[in-house]
This record gives sequence, structure tokens and C-alpha cells, in this order.
Amino acid sequence: MFRWLQNYPHFLEIVYDLLEVSLHPLKRWFKPGSRSEPLVTMIERLGKETVFDCQMCGQCILHSTGMTCPMNCPKQLRNGPCGGVRENGHCEVKPEMKCVWVEAYQRSLKMPKYGYQFASLQPPVNNQLKGTSSWINMFHGIDTDLPPGWTNTKDIPVKCVKEDFYANGN
Amino acid sequence: MPMETKLPCSRLESVLREGHFAVTAELNPPDSADPEDVYKAAGILANVCDGINAVDASGANCHISSVAMCALLTRAGYEPVYQVTCRDRNRIAIQGDMLGAAAMGVLNVLCLTGDDVTAGDQPEAKRVYDFDSIQLLRTARTMRDEGVFLSGRKITTPPCFFLGAAANPFVPPYEWRPQRLSKKIAAGAQFIQTQYCFDLPRFKEYMHQVRDLGLDKQAFILAGVGPLKSAGAAEFMRTKVPGVVIPDQYVDRLKKTPKEKQQEEGKKICIELIEQIREIDGIAGIHIMAYRQEELVAEIVEQAGLMPRPTSNDQNKR
Repeated sequence: MFRWLQNYPHFLEIVYDLLEVSLHPLKRWFKPGSRSEPLVTMIERLGKETVFDCQMCGQCILHSTGMTCPMNCPKQLRNGPCGGVRENGHCEVKPEMKCVWVEAYQRSLKMPKYGYQFASLQPPVNNQLKGTSSWINMFHGIDTDLPPGWTNTKDIPVKCVKEDFYANGN
Repeated sequence: MPMETKLPCSRLESVLREGHFAVTAELNPPDSADPEDVYKAAGILANVCDGINAVDASGANCHISSVAMCALLTRAGYEPVYQVTCRDRNRIAIQGDMLGAAAMGVLNVLCLTGDDVTAGDQPEAKRVYDFDSIQLLRTARTMRDEGVFLSGRKITTPPCFFLGAAANPFVPPYEWRPQRLSKKIAAGAQFIQTQYCFDLPRFKEYMHQVRDLGLDKQAFILAGVGPLKSAGAAEFMRTKVPGVVIPDQYVDRLKKTPKEKQQEEGKKICIELIEQIREIDGIAGIHIMAYRQEELVAEIVEQAGLMPRPTSNDQNKR
């Protein structure tokens, strides 16, 4: 119903920032295992399912993937796109569907603030978090609690052709 | 020499580091419990290439496993490139298999996402994709360099891997593809084997961007090539095999050739492509994928002027 909103990623980027700021004061009520958890999870699910077809992986990276949920990729890649994209930009698995990652890429180009994060190296999914609220997980650092053997990939420089583009805030 | 200076363990790595134009070839896994079937196919390839890729259930079709094929190959002194896909195994199985492969003498690992299960003959199977290719690369690198599993648990003798990744410059989003390569290199890729290169103008444009990013200095790029068996096979490949792009000019050329000469013409096209690819700056070698035509690989390498190979293939290092 509200999927068309995804085509305005620069707007969603602002919403994302506003949401983060406005939810922050509520942090102490947003606790894993708290009584408010089911309610928060429900609200998050409702909101994100309508706009992003969110799969509730519990470790949201929407702002790094052009406001396009990567869990809708049939291979659930976090570092897409794969090499099977069709010449028309559609999915290898579902020929009628546009590749999630092609859309994510195109949308990331419209995001002056977080667009550059499309190049960052995403760690493996924590399957234990499926179905939980990524807002709660974010406030408590649960979504960034990585396996000990996974060296921090956030600071690895990935060379980027479009670096100037993002820097200029186009 | 590009990348970190570390004593090369694998022969393929040595060949590349010494600046030779490398040749690798794909070995299609037999559907047989007889090791002779692997050796027969490997024997053809071994003398004409520097590494033999053991395919992991190519096109999501079930065959003898790549890790078993690698074990057979190392036992006979061949140099395998162990292909690992994320389609069929979760992170526990993959890390265990990689360590097991290392224990059996496997030194080259190619980390892939893998064709989807729906591309194969058992589309009803459950797809796994616990990792993607980049996370797989990073994990393999961690096992090698940090000597730990993803859990942080120590590996008493870490594997000595030469890590590879695939690249497909021929599918959208085209302008993102060089950056994707950059991401793979950041994750740990030291060599790259590309999808079939038929669309040379596109490939040249891609390599131009790759050079601009300096990526050809950070990893060895091997361009994928292969002989088309017939016009029908070419048509099948470009419509049914995910990610393969073959421009009309080559399919038309095969269609105009009488049926019995099409395989010969396909080989000719392949050799022409190799000659043109060699002219492109930043290409460190070629990777020949001759599906069910392994016998042609020797002729292709010979006729493309890539013989003799720099090191002998019966060399036993350990």
C-alpha cells in the first residue's frame, strides 16, 4: 500500500533520522524482555511491513541498502547484488521481480546522507534475532554485537567510484 | 608485487606472483563413485593449466562434492581450486569443510554465493545462504590470518589459503560492478575469476574502471572464457544459465556454421577471445570453463599460444 514511499529514499532518510532522535528518549522503556517489547515489536512490524515489506530480521540495515529491505532478496544477501541478475535488471530466482539489490543501488544514489554506506561490508546475519524488534536491538547494541571472530568491518575502506558524488551531497 | 607479502603456499599463487599469464580450468564433477572418473578428466587439464577448479554442484545440480574432488586431486599431486558456495551449507558446515580441505592439502579457495536452487534439477530443495560470498571470504581470511573460527575459538594450525572470488561485469547494475569487486578485495579476495567474457566492449569498460580504482594491483584478475559447443548450447546458456551474457554476433556466427563444424567454430571463437583479452591491461590470466568439453581445453591453451605452462604439474611440494 505504501511501497511507493520507497521511491523517495531521500525523504525516508530524513524520517529515519527523526525516528532515531524521537525514539531515543524512550530508550529506557525499550528493553529486551520488557513488558513493552511486544508492543514495540508490533508497531515496528506494522510500520516497516507496509513500507518495506520488512522481514523482521531484527538487525535493520535499511539506511545502508537504499531503504530497500535486503531480506527480500531470495538469497537474503546482505552484500548484494549477486552475479545472477538478468540483463533487464530482474531477479535470477523470480524473473518477474526487479532485483532487490538493483533497486537498492539506484535508491542509495538518491540518499545524500547514508547513500555511501551501500559500499560497507555487512557482517553475517544473527539468526537468533529474527522476529525481534531492531529498534530495541539498536538501542542496546544487540544488533552490532558480532561474533568474536568477525573483525570489525566498519572501518575497512572500500574504494568507491561514486565517492565524490556522495560527498557533494547530490 | 600486489597485496601483502607473505610466502606463497599455492602453486597458482606462485605462478601469478612471478608474473606469468596464468591458466585455470574448470573440472566438471562426475556423477560417479569411481575416483578414476575424476582423474580421467583432471589428467587432461593438469598439463595445460596451473589450477583446476573443483565445481561445487554447478548450476545447483547434484554431483560429487567439490571437497571430495579436491581431496582426490591433492592426493594425486594436482593443484585444485576449491569452490565453495553458500547455497547448500550453513556457516558451521562451511568452516568445517574449509578446514578439512586445508588438511587435505587444498590451498586455493574460490568463495561464491552460488546459483540458486531453482537453477538446478532439484528446485524443491531448501536454500541456505547463511553467508553471502563476501562474508564467506572474510571468514576464510579470518581463519587464515587470525587463526580462529567465526566464534573466536582458536584453530591450532590455521589453513594457508590463497583466496579467490568471482566477478560478473556483464549484468546490472553495471556501474556498481567494479565497486563490488573492490568490496570483495576488501573482504579478502586475492584472485578473481570472472564469468564468461563474450561481451568484450563491456569487459574493456569494466577493466578501465577497475584500473582506475587500482584493483588490478590488489588482486589477480583471471578472465573467464569457454568454447560454445553449438548454437543450441549457446542459446541455452544465455537464456537458462544465470548471469551468462552472449552477444548475438557469436550465436549468429555459430548458427551460420554447419552443425558438424559448430564445435570447431566455438573453439575458434574462444581462442580469438583469449587473444583479445590478453591485450587488456590488468588481466593476469584466463579461466577456461569448458562444460563437458574438457578435451578441448588442451587444444585451446595450445593454440592460444599459452604453452608451455611455467611450472610442471607433477611437482609435489609437500
